[in-house]
Amino acid sequence: MKLQISSQLAVFAMVELVANTDRQLTVAEIGAKYGASSHHLAKVMHVLGDAGLVRAVRGAGGGYQFSGNARRTTLLDVIELFERLGPSGQDAGAAGEGTNEGLALHAVLREIDDTVRATLGSITLATFCGLVRRRQMERSATRSSPPANPPANR
Amino acid sequence: MNRAAKKPRKRVRPAAGATTRGVGGSPASGGQFTIQPAQQGDIPAVAALDAGITSLDKEPHWQDLFERSNARPTGHFFVVAKSPASPDALLGFIVGEIRAWEFGSAPCGWVYALGVAPRARGIGVGEALLDAIAREFRRLGMTKMRTMVAKQDALPMMFFRAEGMMAGPYIQLERNLG
Repeated sequence: MKLQISSQLAVFAMVELVANTDRQLTVAEIGAKYGASSHHLAKVMHVLGDAGLVRAVRGAGGGYQFSGNARRTTLLDVIELFERLGPSGQDAGAAGEGTNEGLALHAVLREIDDTVRATLGSITLATFCGLVRRRQMERSATRSSPPANPPANR
Repeated sequence: MNRAAKKPRKRVRPAAGATTRGVGGSPASGGQFTIQPAQQGDIPAVAALDAGITSLDKEPHWQDLFERSNARPTGHFFVVAKSPASPDALLGFIVGEIRAWEFGSAPCGWVYALGVAPRARGIGVGEALLDAIAREFRRLGMTKMRTMVAKQDALPMMFFRAEGMMAGPYIQLERNLG
């Protein structure tokens, strides 16, 4: 499964803002970390703002602040602001529409779609930030631990 | 008297933030709830709590689980959370056991059921119960803990996710019969 760039940026921006509730972040700061243009991120933030998830703070030192509930907002809530995940019904005019083969294929795809939605709908922003922190700790531990088989002196 | 009630109670270590009562010492003070092994007298309250959540009355099922957990000396856990202020009031429960080689799975801890009274949510009862049973699984050498959640049950799904649980290597399959 692959998310649209806007959806990915929205999730990344949410993570940054949830992790930095004590200050505002600019699109330039967020964009620099994820290699995204300020222009694209500004559009993403506008959508998130309309959804009530972020608040723009104007003036010097301004930027964006998280204004949602990180323990209630799921990845699915964020992603669905930007794209529709999976088919909810067989598309009219799709190849095989109305055939047994088309219906069987649709049933399989719906099974996958249900799992995707259940997964994304069960991970809140707070939980996702926890996953990020865990990954950071794992990577730090890997970097600081000595190699399993140090090279022998020659 | 219930046969299971004569068995020695298993020791359950307290989770962080919770206190123990009657499981290896006097109750500590200051906790919002205590974590302890279930007793026969708790089962009607467990059944009532579950019925309040699921709208299904299945007291014989809980009684059966309780008797099974008491009848086997190790690897079976039926644990409850109670308020120190009103020890008769059940705040939550968890049931789990170690299962081996089902579906080819190496021994691991399974959480069968977890329930928290709606009035006691948001104070860490579920987390403390899960921590308590995880600690017991770990003590018995387990490195994995598993559970199963209906996809549409958003609240328990979010809870287990928040506790660090992720999709495992098995997919549950089913078909209609008849």
